Amino acid sequence: MRDVAIIGSAQTKFGKLGKSNTELFCDASLAAMEDANVSQKDIEALFVGNVLGGFEEGQINIGGHLVGALHLGNIPATRFEGACCSGTVAFRDAFMWVASGFYDIVLVGGMERAMIMGTPFSTRTFAMANDCKYEGTTGITFPGVFAMVARRYSKIYDIPLDKLREKMAHVSMKNHKHGALNPHAQFYQKMGNLKVEDVLNSTVVCDPLTLMDCCPFSDGGAAVVLASADIARRYTDEPIYVLGVGQGSLGHMGAQADITKPASRVFSARSAFKQAGLGPKDVDVVEIHDCFTSAEIVASEAMGFFDWGKGADAVESGQTDIGGRPVINSSGGLMGKGHPIGATGVAQVHAIVEQLKGKAPNGNQVNPVPEIGMTDTLGGGFNTIAHTILGRSRR
Amino acid sequence: MSKEFYVLTSNDYHEGLKNNKLLGLRCKNCGQITCPPLPTCQWCGSTDLEKTELSGKGEILTFARVYVPPESFEPDYIVCLVRLDEGPTIMGRLDYDKDKASLKNGNASQDIIGMRVRLDHLVIPGDKFSAGERVMPLFKPI
Ligand SMILES: CC(C)(COP(=O)(O)OP(=O)(O)OC[C@H]1O[C@@H](n2cnc3c(N)ncnc32)[C@H](O)[C@@H]1OP(=O)(O)O)[C@@H](O)C(=O)NCCC(=O)NCCS
Ligand SMILES: [Zn+2]
Repeated sequence: MRDVAIIGSAQTKFGKLGKSNTELFCDASLAAMEDANVSQKDIEALFVGNVLGGFEEGQINIGGHLVGALHLGNIPATRFEGACCSGTVAFRDAFMWVASGFYDIVLVGGMERAMIMGTPFSTRTFAMANDCKYEGTTGITFPGVFAMVARRYSKIYDIPLDKLREKMAHVSMKNHKHGALNPHAQFYQKMGNLKVEDVLNSTVVCDPLTLMDCCPFSDGGAAVVLASADIARRYTDEPIYVLGVGQGSLGHMGAQADITKPASRVFSARSAFKQAGLGPKDVDVVEIHDCFTSAEIVASEAMGFFDWGKGADAVESGQTDIGGRPVINSSGGLMGKGHPIGATGVAQVHAIVEQLKGKAPNGNQVNPVPEIGMTDTLGGGFNTIAHTILGRSRR
Repeated sequence: MSKEFYVLTSNDYHEGLKNNKLLGLRCKNCGQITCPPLPTCQWCGSTDLEKTELSGKGEILTFARVYVPPESFEPDYIVCLVRLDEGPTIMGRLDYDKDKASLKNGNASQDIIGMRVRLDHLVIPGDKFSAGERVMPLFKPI
């Protein structure tokens, strides 16, 4: 295997954009290609994460249309679908093709335009990520999955529900604070100064989760250009190296040993750490899949940053805010920045790249500029999970 | 004819539910129970399985009151995970006082976790995407 570097990256603004999936992908891709100083003829293959294009705008088979729109010749294009994890699944595959030597330079991105569907139909289509015959039938939603996680966590660790909700509120306060400073975020300049009470007293969406415990529905795109590390410096002075990747799977929620300790995430994170030759203590900054406040807490434990049952205390004490370590979701995360599900994983990678280049938005940049960053992306009820570990130096 | 590995299909399982029967699979390799049906034992992976009827009794592991449902569902219901006496955990609805099962009941709402329940069922019409009507376990307190 060869070393692989990110030579360019970009994301569109996230929010309600009213653009097509192709437009979102191309806006992000052309910006990433500009950042990478590559032209169309340099790109040898295209990888795209997109989940609900068929429902959103009646478009499947989008890969060819993206190649056509970007004028990339006749190169192969492949769509990846792993619910909210699709972007990272596409990224990991793109990485492997370059690492294997099959391609030297590829484009990987993702996009989603969920806002056009409205809340009821978005909720219906997102819930399709659960087992359709044995879970989807009950009307389970994703807020429902993480409401169940919160109650289970409260029970297992004997943390009274009201106390746990206060700890969870700190996830929302921290991520919205960062999102409010990020010009690309859906909630830029909004909700930057939430108090515990604001989170606890907002509308209950799925008991015990309130609106402020949830990420929004979003439109947006993100893209990166990957190159073999040996040629990366021909294109950029600041290559960011892909040190490790991981991916893990699990079946329906009932068959999982403990929904607060998803084995797919433990498997995926360990694979990524093993490949990178690093451990949780080496990570300075991490973008974690904070689709809900409880989701960030259980993820921070399964990735090995905190002992089981201690993730809630860590966020409450400020350990995961800028100034602590590891800093979690300095971009605003899904909660503040938005969650266009096909794009999210690639946007997380872009956020870490910005941190490692010292180019994160004012107020969100970690100083001194971090060495090692990581991303964590979740699809469905822990069914698909993937990780990346990125660094400023080649191993 | 090619070999069929499903000793119990999802259709068989849902037909059972409609008669308040919870069907599962007993593994001839490890003796443990798989539910809902899979082509392999959920514990050891063996395909040597036989159909069996479960008690339908178990206890609540966790739950959530859903106010914002997917399109085609009526709002405000409780979804739960139940660990069955025979070992497996399945998802269903919970038929219980909704205010007691929510923040309106504060920390005491957590007392529902561990509550003993028995199986009943609920059928709602399908939508364009559900491949037929939707049959689900509906758990009632014992
Ligand atoms: C939480 C949720 C139900 C809110 O939907 P809704 O009640 O229909 O809200 P609306 O879209 O009507 O928006 C109402 C207002 O709340 C804001 N808002 C919407 N979602 C928000 C969120 N998650 N956090 C904060 N504010 C939010 C909107 O911007 C809007 O503000 P405005 O009135 O100032 O314009 C919906 O965003 C949701 O289901 N999120 C979870 C998505 C999900 O499951 N993703 C996959 C996770 S893996
Ligand atoms: Zn077995």
